[in-house]
Amino acid sequence: MADLSCNLAGIKSPNPFWVASGPPANTGYQAHRAFEAGWGGVVWKTIGVPIVNVSSRYSALNYGPQRMIGLNNIELISDRAPETNFREIAEVKKRWPHHAVIASLMVETREQWHEFVKRAIDAGADGIELNYGCPHGMCERGMGSAVGQQPAVTEKITGWVMEVATVPVIVKLTPNITDVTAVARAAKRAGANAISLINTINSITNVNLDTFVPEPTVRGLSSHGGYCGPAVKPIALNMVQACAADTEVGLPISGIGGITTWRDAAEFIALGSSSLQVCTAIMHYGFRIVEDLNDGLNAYLDSKGMHSLADLRGRAVNKLNKWENLDLHFHRVARIDYDKCIGCNLCYIACEDGAHQCIDLKSPDELKLGLGPGRVPHKPVPKVREEDCVGCNLCSLVCPVDDCITMTVIENGQPPMTWSNYQDKLAKGQMRPIPPHP
Amino acid sequence: MPLSPRLPADALVRNFNELKPPLRPQEALVEASRCLYCFDAPCIMACPSGIDVPAFIKKIAFGNPAGAAKTILTANILGASCARVCPTQVLCEGACVLDDRDEQPIQIGRLQRYATDYVTERKISVLPPPPIRRSGRQIAVIGAGPAGLGCAAELARLGHHVTVFEKQPHAGGLNTYGIAYYKMKPQVSLAEVELVQSLGVEIRTGMMVGRDITMDQLEKDYAAVFVGVGLGAATRLRIPGEDLPEVVDALEFISHIHTDRLEKIPVGRRVAVIGCGNTAIDAVTQAKRLGAERAFIVYRRDEADMSAYGFEYEHAKHDGAQFLFKAAPVEVIATDGHVSGLKLVLTNLVKGKAHPVAGSEWIEPCDLVLKAVGQEKQVKLLRSLFPALTIDDRGVIAHDKLTGQTSVPHIFVGGDCGNGGREVVNAVGEGKKAAHGIHAYLTRQKAPLPLQPSRLGAKQGATGSGLLSPIRAHELEAAMKR
Repeated sequence: MADLSCNLAGIKSPNPFWVASGPPANTGYQAHRAFEAGWGGVVWKTIGVPIVNVSSRYSALNYGPQRMIGLNNIELISDRAPETNFREIAEVKKRWPHHAVIASLMVETREQWHEFVKRAIDAGADGIELNYGCPHGMCERGMGSAVGQQPAVTEKITGWVMEVATVPVIVKLTPNITDVTAVARAAKRAGANAISLINTINSITNVNLDTFVPEPTVRGLSSHGGYCGPAVKPIALNMVQACAADTEVGLPISGIGGITTWRDAAEFIALGSSSLQVCTAIMHYGFRIVEDLNDGLNAYLDSKGMHSLADLRGRAVNKLNKWENLDLHFHRVARIDYDKCIGCNLCYIACEDGAHQCIDLKSPDELKLGLGPGRVPHKPVPKVREEDCVGCNLCSLVCPVDDCITMTVIENGQPPMTWSNYQDKLAKGQMRPIPPHP
Repeated sequence: MPLSPRLPADALVRNFNELKPPLRPQEALVEASRCLYCFDAPCIMACPSGIDVPAFIKKIAFGNPAGAAKTILTANILGASCARVCPTQVLCEGACVLDDRDEQPIQIGRLQRYATDYVTERKISVLPPPPIRRSGRQIAVIGAGPAGLGCAAELARLGHHVTVFEKQPHAGGLNTYGIAYYKMKPQVSLAEVELVQSLGVEIRTGMMVGRDITMDQLEKDYAAVFVGVGLGAATRLRIPGEDLPEVVDALEFISHIHTDRLEKIPVGRRVAVIGCGNTAIDAVTQAKRLGAERAFIVYRRDEADMSAYGFEYEHAKHDGAQFLFKAAPVEVIATDGHVSGLKLVLTNLVKGKAHPVAGSEWIEPCDLVLKAVGQEKQVKLLRSLFPALTIDDRGVIAHDKLTGQTSVPHIFVGGDCGNGGREVVNAVGEGKKAAHGIHAYLTRQKAPLPLQPSRLGAKQGATGSGLLSPIRAHELEAAMKR
C-alpha cells in the first residue's frame, strides 16, 4: 500500500482527492457524506455576499449514448448565508479533524476580503481558496474571472488576503485567458501559497433547434455557462503542466478539470499536481466514486514501486518540450497485426482521406495472408506503405482493436537533429535544405 | 375428426406476438452508436440488395432516422420486410466485423426496422418522386412478389411506366401470404405495396397471366416483360393418403393464418410436418402456437443435413417442436376419412442418400399433416406461357446474372423462378438488377448500376457490393476452412 496522504502547502489530507468547490460542496451535510465516502478534503462552495440563483442551471454535452462528457453551469456562488456556511464548516471540522476543509471565498472590497478570510479561519478552515475564476454571473460585478483574467488585479486582491491570512491560501485560476502562467505568477508575487486550476471554461453546450435558445434555458433566454467534465481534461492538463513547468510560478498545484478516474488523477499528479479536485464526476455518479479513485491510484503506485504521491508528482512535466527541440530524425511507422485486424478498413479511409495516403487496400491473396477473421474472399485488407508512412498515428488512433496497429520505431542510423539544430546547420552551411515533401 | 381451432383469441394474440420487438428510440441510438462505420463494409457486401448499412446506421446514431430510411429504401424498396424476415445471421450481421472482435454483431435488422418504421408510422415520404419526364415505355411485371415489386419500383424510378399482374387478391407475394406471423404481419407487406404504388406503379391484382390476359397480349402491349412468378405448389410426397383433407401444403397453412382471424384457424391436436427447411420450421412453430399439443418434424436425413438455419432450428426446439430425424413418411393413415396417423419408416443414410430400413415401420398418431418438402418449379406454367424461354435442368429460367435477361431478349427474370428459391432480399436485389437490365435493353445503353460506396470511390462504385455478388456468412466460413 502506497502512502496516499497529501500535503498542499501545509494543508494536509489523508488522500489527494478533494471535493471541488461547487454544488457537491454546498452544505455540511454533503461534506459529512463526502468524508464518510472516503474523500480527503472538501473545498466549500464559494462563500460571499449571498446571491440569488436562477432555475435551470446546468446543461450537458452528450456524445452518442455517453451522457455528460461535458457539463455547463450558470449557477453562482453559494446562495446560503455566510454565517450558515461558516457554522457548518466549524461543525464539519470538529467531526473530521484530520480531513481538509478549505473555504472558497469571493467578495469585492478589501474590507470584505479581510472579514471573510478571518471568519473562515475562525471557523477552523484549513485553507482558503480564492475564487477568481467563475466565468459567469460574478465577473459582471468585478469578481470571479474579471479578477483572474488580469494579473495586476489578481496580485492586488491576493495581497489583501495575505495581509490577514494565517492559513495557506490557494488562488484558483481561470482558463479563460491566453497565458495562464501570467496570473499564476501574479499570485506568486502576491505571496499566495498554492494555485488550483482550472476553473470552468466559457461555453455554450448546445442550441435547441426548435426554439433557438441554448441550454440551460431561463424563460426563453440562456447565458454563457462554465464548462467542465471529462471533455475539459486535456485543456486542464495543458495548463497544469504550464504552471508546473514555469520556474517563476513555483507553487504547489491543486489539479482540477474533468478528473473521473484514477488514471486521470495519476496524469494530473504526473504533470505536477499535489492535490486533486473533483466535481462533475460526483455530480454524475455521487461521492462513491472516490473508492476507486483511491484504490486505483494505490494499485498503480504499487505496480510502479512508488511509495507515495511524491514519487509520481511531476514525473511528466519535463517530458514536454518546445516543438523545435523534437528530433526530426526520429521515425515511426504503422504496422498492422493481421491476426488482430477485423477488416473494418477505418485505418485505410482515415489515412486516405484524412492523412497522408500511405495505406493501400490489397487482396489477402496478394499479401499471402490467406482467409480468416477479418479476411474474407473479395474483401481487400489494409497494407501500410512503410516507405511513405509519416508515422502520424492517425490509423492507430481510429483502429477499434487494441494493439492491432502498432507504431514501430524505425532505426535509420541518423543522429538526432532538432529543428533548432537544423536551422543552425543551415545557417552555417553545414547541410543542404531538406527538400519539401512532394 | 375434422379439425377445429384450439385456443381462445387472447391466448393466440399472445402466442403470435412478434419475436423481435421494435427497438425504442434510445435502444436504437445505443445500438447504432456501437457501429464502427467500417469503410467498404462487409455488411454491404453481404446484402443481396446492396444497402449501405453503415451509412444508414450512422444516420440513426446522429438523429436522422428518416434519412436512414431513405438510404435503406433507395437500395431496397422492401427494406421494411427485409428488416424482419432476412436471415441476418447469415447475411449482414454474419459479416459484421464485430463478430471478429468476439462481440455481438450490430443488430442491423432491428435498426433497419427502426428506421423504416419511423417513416411508415409518420407517413414521411423519403423517396424522391419518379422523374416527371417519363420514358413512354410500358413494361409488364408478372407477379407482385418481392422480385416483381423490387423490379417495378426501380423501373418506375428510372422513368418507365410499369404494370404489375398478380393472380392473388393482394400484392406482396410470400411477404403478404407466407411469412411466419410472429416474424412479420401482412400489414407491413401491404404498406410496402402502397409505397411501390406511390411511385406510379400500377398493380392489377386478381389477374392471372394466361387466364385473364394472354401472354401474346402482354407482348403486344409492353416493350419488355419481367417474370417474377416464384415457385409453385408444394412438392408432392407421392405416398398413399396424400389427398386426404388434413394433408395440407405448409405454405397454404401459413397463408391461412394471414388471411383469417387467428381464432378461426383450425389446427390438429397432433401435427406432423414433413420436411426440414425454413418453411417446415415456420409451420411447426405456428402449429404449436395455434395450440397443437404435439407438433413434430419428420425428416428422412439427419440433423446436420437439414436446410433450416441453425437459429430457426433452435427457435423451433424452444417452442417445443419435436424432431424425428432419419424417418421417412410411407403412408398417411385415415380413420373415417380423416387423418389419424402417419406411417413412418426408419432410414439408413448411405453416401447422403436415405434408404428405408425394412421392417422398421411404425405409426405416429396425428390429425394434421403439413407438407414442407419444397415447392414445385413452375416448369409447366413457364413452358406454356413462354415456349421460347430456355429452362435449365434445375427447372429455373436461364438468365444473365447481372441483368436478368433471358434467352428471349425482351423477357427478364428474377426471384425464386430464376434462382430456384432463395430469400426475399435476393428476390428484391434480382428484381432491381433486372430493372436496370430492362432499362439498358430499352435505351440500348449500358445501364449504370446504382453506385455503392466502394473502396475505389464513387467512380467505380458497385464493385464488391452485395448487389452484384453478395457474400454469405456460411459461404465465407466454408471458404475460410478451405
